[in-house]
Amino acid sequence: MQAEENTLEKVVCETGVEIKNAEGLHMRPAMQFVDVANRFECDITVSNNENNVDGKSIMQMSMLAATCGTKLKIKAEGADAQQAVDALRELVEERHFDEPTPDERKKG
Amino acid sequence: MKFADFICFEAIIPELKARDRNGVIAELVSALYKADRLGKGKGNCEEIIKAVIKRENEASTGMGKGVAVPHVKHKAVKDVLATVGQSSVGIDFSSLDKRPVYSVILIISPVDNPDKHLQVMERIFKHLQVEKFRRFLRQSKTAEEIEDLLREADENPSL
Repeated sequence: MQAEENTLEKVVCETGVEIKNAEGLHMRPAMQFVDVANRFECDITVSNNENNVDGKSIMQMSMLAATCGTKLKIKAEGADAQQAVDALRELVEERHFDEPTPDERKKG
Repeated sequence: MKFADFICFEAIIPELKARDRNGVIAELVSALYKADRLGKGKGNCEEIIKAVIKRENEASTGMGKGVAVPHVKHKAVKDVLATVGQSSVGIDFSSLDKRPVYSVILIISPVDNPDKHLQVMERIFKHLQVEKFRRFLRQSKTAEEIEDLLREADENPSL
Protein backbone atom coordinates (compact mmCIF):
# COMPACT_ATOMS: atom_id res chain seq x y z
CA MET A 1 0.00 0.00 0.00
CA GLN A 2 1.39 3.33 -0.95
CA ALA A 3 2.09 5.66 1.94
CA GLU A 4 -0.23 8.62 1.82
CA GLU A 5 1.22 12.05 1.45
CA ASN A 6 0.65 14.04 4.54
CA THR A 7 -2.11 16.31 3.35
CA LEU A 8 -1.85 18.61 6.34
CA GLU A 9 0.38 21.55 5.53
CA LYS A 10 3.44 21.78 7.61
CA VAL A 11 3.02 25.25 9.01
CA VAL A 12 6.21 27.10 9.78
CA CYS A 13 6.09 30.31 11.80
CA GLU A 14 8.97 32.47 12.83
CA THR A 15 9.24 35.57 14.89
CA GLY A 16 11.93 37.73 16.41
CA VAL A 17 11.65 38.65 20.08
CA GLU A 18 13.71 40.76 22.41
CA ILE A 19 14.35 39.88 26.05
CA LYS A 20 12.93 42.78 28.04
CA ASN A 21 13.07 41.80 31.69
CA ALA A 22 16.05 43.24 33.55
CA GLU A 23 17.40 39.91 34.81
CA GLY A 24 17.33 38.28 31.39
CA LEU A 25 16.63 34.66 30.57
CA HIS A 26 17.73 33.07 33.83
CA MET A 27 16.37 29.76 34.99
CA ARG A 28 12.95 30.84 36.12
CA PRO A 29 11.96 32.54 32.83
CA ALA A 30 13.58 29.69 30.91
CA MET A 31 11.28 27.28 32.72
CA GLN A 32 8.25 29.43 31.98
CA PHE A 33 9.22 29.44 28.32
CA VAL A 34 9.61 25.69 28.25
CA ASP A 35 6.29 25.21 30.06
CA VAL A 36 4.48 27.29 27.44
CA ALA A 37 6.35 25.65 24.55
CA ASN A 38 5.43 22.18 25.79
CA ARG A 39 1.73 22.98 25.54
CA PHE A 40 2.04 22.80 21.77
CA GLU A 41 2.56 19.87 19.43
CA CYS A 42 4.83 21.69 17.00
CA ASP A 43 8.62 21.63 17.09
CA ILE A 44 10.07 24.81 18.51
CA THR A 45 13.59 26.07 18.05
CA VAL A 46 15.08 29.21 19.52
CA SER A 47 18.21 30.86 18.16
CA ASN A 48 20.60 33.54 19.13
CA ASN A 49 23.46 34.31 16.78
CA GLU A 50 25.49 31.33 17.90
CA ASN A 51 23.14 28.56 18.94
CA ASN A 52 19.93 26.85 17.89
CA VAL A 53 18.26 25.17 20.83
CA ASP A 54 15.19 23.12 21.46
CA GLY A 55 12.60 25.46 22.95
CA LYS A 56 11.08 22.58 24.87
CA SER A 57 14.25 21.60 26.70
CA ILE A 58 15.00 23.38 29.97
CA MET A 59 18.69 22.43 29.78
CA GLN A 60 19.06 23.95 26.35
CA MET A 61 16.96 27.05 27.01
CA SER A 62 18.90 27.73 30.22
CA MET A 63 22.09 27.53 28.23
CA LEU A 64 21.00 30.43 26.03
CA ALA A 65 21.22 32.61 29.14
CA ALA A 66 20.12 35.62 27.12
CA THR A 67 20.69 38.99 28.75
CA CYS A 68 18.22 41.86 28.73
CA GLY A 69 18.22 43.37 25.24
CA THR A 70 19.21 40.17 23.47
CA LYS A 71 17.26 39.36 20.34
CA LEU A 72 16.19 35.78 19.76
CA LYS A 73 14.46 34.06 16.88
CA ILE A 74 11.64 31.63 17.63
CA LYS A 75 10.70 29.13 14.95
CA ALA A 76 7.79 26.73 15.22
CA GLU A 77 6.93 23.90 12.81
CA GLY A 78 3.67 22.04 12.96
CA ALA A 79 -0.07 22.42 12.85
CA ASP A 80 -0.24 24.71 15.89
CA ALA A 81 2.88 26.70 15.03
CA GLN A 82 1.06 30.05 14.86
CA GLN A 83 -0.53 29.64 18.28
CA ALA A 84 2.80 28.59 19.75
CA VAL A 85 4.65 31.59 18.34
CA ASP A 86 1.90 33.94 19.52
CA ALA A 87 1.91 32.52 23.03
CA LEU A 88 5.69 32.66 23.31
CA ARG A 89 5.89 36.18 21.92
CA GLU A 90 3.33 37.31 24.47
CA LEU A 91 5.31 35.72 27.30
CA VAL A 92 8.61 37.22 26.24
CA GLU A 93 7.69 40.66 24.95
CA GLU A 94 4.40 41.59 26.58
CA ARG A 95 4.56 39.89 29.94
CA HIS A 96 8.40 39.90 30.09
CA PHE A 97 8.12 36.70 32.07
CA ASP A 98 6.17 38.65 34.74
CA GLU A 99 9.41 40.31 35.83
CA PRO A 100 10.34 43.99 35.89
CA THR A 101 12.03 45.71 32.97
CA PRO A 102 15.10 47.83 33.78
CA ASP A 103 12.91 50.99 33.93
CA GLU A 104 10.36 49.36 36.19
CA ARG A 105 13.13 48.15 38.45
CA LYS A 106 14.53 51.66 38.85
CA LYS A 107 11.17 53.06 39.86
CA GLY A 108 10.25 50.15 42.12
CA MET B 1 33.83 32.91 31.60
CA LYS B 2 35.58 29.72 32.76
CA PHE B 3 34.80 27.35 35.61
CA ALA B 4 38.08 28.44 37.19
CA ASP B 5 36.68 31.99 37.36
CA PHE B 6 33.81 31.13 39.70
CA ILE B 7 34.17 27.63 41.17
CA CYS B 8 35.72 27.60 44.63
CA PHE B 9 37.84 24.46 44.29
CA GLU B 10 38.55 24.33 48.04
CA ALA B 11 34.83 24.01 48.72
CA ILE B 12 34.17 21.01 46.45
CA ILE B 13 32.57 18.08 48.27
CA PRO B 14 33.21 14.80 46.45
CA GLU B 15 30.85 12.81 48.67
CA LEU B 16 28.12 14.76 50.40
CA LYS B 17 27.24 13.66 53.91
CA ALA B 18 23.67 14.94 53.77
CA ARG B 19 21.04 12.70 52.25
CA ASP B 20 18.27 15.27 51.85
CA ARG B 21 17.98 18.33 49.63
CA ASN B 22 18.07 20.99 52.34
CA GLY B 23 20.94 19.27 54.11
CA VAL B 24 22.92 19.23 50.87
CA ILE B 25 22.29 22.93 50.34
CA ALA B 26 23.43 23.70 53.89
CA GLU B 27 26.52 21.53 53.47
CA LEU B 28 27.57 23.26 50.25
CA VAL B 29 26.98 26.80 51.52
CA SER B 30 28.88 25.92 54.71
CA ALA B 31 31.78 24.68 52.61
CA LEU B 32 31.95 28.08 50.90
CA TYR B 33 31.78 29.77 54.31
CA LYS B 34 34.62 27.60 55.65
CA ALA B 35 36.65 28.49 52.56
CA ASP B 36 36.28 32.08 53.73
CA ARG B 37 34.29 33.23 50.73
CA LEU B 38 31.14 34.52 52.43
CA GLY B 39 32.58 37.12 54.73
CA LYS B 40 33.01 37.09 58.50
CA GLY B 41 30.33 35.93 60.89
CA LYS B 42 27.91 33.10 60.33
CA GLY B 43 25.04 35.48 59.54
CA ASN B 44 25.59 35.48 55.78
CA CYS B 45 25.99 31.72 55.74
CA GLU B 46 22.65 31.09 57.44
CA GLU B 47 20.86 33.74 55.42
CA ILE B 48 22.16 32.25 52.19
CA ILE B 49 21.15 28.73 53.16
CA LYS B 50 17.60 29.92 53.89
CA ALA B 51 17.47 31.92 50.64
CA VAL B 52 18.64 29.00 48.49
CA ILE B 53 16.09 26.69 50.10
CA LYS B 54 13.36 29.28 49.55
CA ARG B 55 14.31 29.59 45.89
CA GLU B 56 14.41 25.83 45.55
CA ASN B 57 10.91 25.58 47.03
CA GLU B 58 9.60 28.03 44.44
CA ALA B 59 10.83 25.90 41.56
CA SER B 60 13.14 22.90 41.59
CA THR B 61 16.52 23.39 39.98
CA GLY B 62 16.74 19.66 39.44
CA MET B 63 16.52 19.75 35.71
CA GLY B 64 16.83 16.06 35.18
CA LYS B 65 19.69 13.77 34.18
CA GLY B 66 20.95 13.62 37.76
CA VAL B 67 21.97 17.26 38.14
CA ALA B 68 20.69 20.21 40.14
CA VAL B 69 21.82 23.84 40.20
CA PRO B 70 20.47 25.50 43.36
CA HIS B 71 21.27 29.19 43.29
CA VAL B 72 20.53 32.56 44.81
CA LYS B 73 21.60 36.19 44.57
CA HIS B 74 23.10 37.67 47.74
CA LYS B 75 25.06 40.72 48.81
CA ALA B 76 27.72 38.58 50.49
CA VAL B 77 29.43 38.06 47.13
CA LYS B 78 30.77 40.64 44.69
CA ASP B 79 31.37 38.08 41.99
CA VAL B 80 29.69 34.84 41.10
CA LEU B 81 30.75 32.03 43.43
CA ALA B 82 29.97 28.34 43.08
CA THR B 83 30.89 24.91 44.29
CA VAL B 84 30.19 21.30 43.40
CA GLY B 85 28.92 18.47 45.58
CA GLN B 86 28.33 14.87 44.61
CA SER B 87 26.30 12.11 46.16
CA SER B 88 26.78 8.49 45.18
CA VAL B 89 23.45 7.52 46.75
CA GLY B 90 21.40 10.24 45.06
CA ILE B 91 19.32 13.05 46.55
CA ASP B 92 15.65 13.79 46.02
CA PHE B 93 15.48 17.25 44.44
CA SER B 94 11.95 16.87 43.08
CA SER B 95 13.60 16.83 39.68
CA LEU B 96 11.74 17.29 36.44
CA ASP B 97 12.42 13.69 35.43
CA LYS B 98 11.57 12.45 38.94
CA ARG B 99 14.99 10.84 39.32
CA PRO B 100 17.63 11.36 42.01
CA VAL B 101 20.35 13.96 41.74
CA TYR B 102 23.99 12.89 41.89
CA SER B 103 25.77 16.16 41.04
CA VAL B 104 24.87 19.50 42.60
CA ILE B 105 26.35 22.81 41.51
CA LEU B 106 25.45 25.54 44.00
CA ILE B 107 25.78 29.12 42.77
CA ILE B 108 25.72 32.43 44.64
CA SER B 109 25.58 35.50 42.41
CA PRO B 110 25.96 39.18 43.23
CA VAL B 111 22.72 41.11 43.62
CA ASP B 112 23.22 43.76 40.98
CA ASN B 113 24.89 41.95 38.12
CA PRO B 114 22.41 39.76 36.25
CA ASP B 115 24.67 39.49 33.21
CA LYS B 116 27.43 37.80 35.20
CA HIS B 117 24.93 35.34 36.61
CA LEU B 118 23.76 34.55 33.08
CA GLN B 119 27.32 34.06 31.83
CA VAL B 120 27.87 31.49 34.55
CA MET B 121 24.59 29.75 33.75
CA GLU B 122 25.58 29.60 30.11
CA ARG B 123 28.89 27.95 30.96
CA ILE B 124 27.37 25.49 33.39
CA PHE B 125 24.49 24.42 31.18
CA LYS B 126 26.64 24.19 28.09
CA HIS B 127 28.60 21.42 29.78
CA LEU B 128 25.84 19.86 31.85
CA GLN B 129 23.87 18.95 28.79
CA VAL B 130 26.74 16.89 27.40
CA GLU B 131 26.26 13.31 28.57
CA LYS B 132 30.00 12.66 28.59
CA PHE B 133 30.62 15.59 30.91
CA ARG B 134 27.89 14.50 33.34
CA ARG B 135 29.28 10.98 33.31
CA PHE B 136 32.86 12.11 33.96
CA LEU B 137 31.62 14.36 36.73
CA ARG B 138 29.68 11.59 38.39
CA GLN B 139 32.64 9.21 38.10
CA SER B 140 34.98 11.67 39.84
CA LYS B 141 35.65 10.44 43.35
CA THR B 142 37.88 13.15 44.80
CA ALA B 143 37.85 16.93 44.88
CA GLU B 144 41.05 16.89 42.79
CA GLU B 145 39.40 14.79 40.09
CA ILE B 146 36.43 17.14 39.96
CA GLU B 147 38.77 20.14 39.75
CA ASP B 148 40.77 18.47 36.97
CA LEU B 149 37.60 17.78 35.03
CA LEU B 150 36.41 21.38 35.32
CA ARG B 151 39.81 22.77 34.33
CA GLU B 152 39.89 20.43 31.37
CA ALA B 153 36.40 21.53 30.35
CA ASP B 154 37.70 25.10 30.41
CA GLU B 155 40.44 24.14 27.94
CA ASN B 156 38.29 21.84 25.84
CA PRO B 157 34.83 23.26 25.11
CA SER B 158 33.60 20.04 23.52
CA LEU B 159 33.89 18.15 26.79
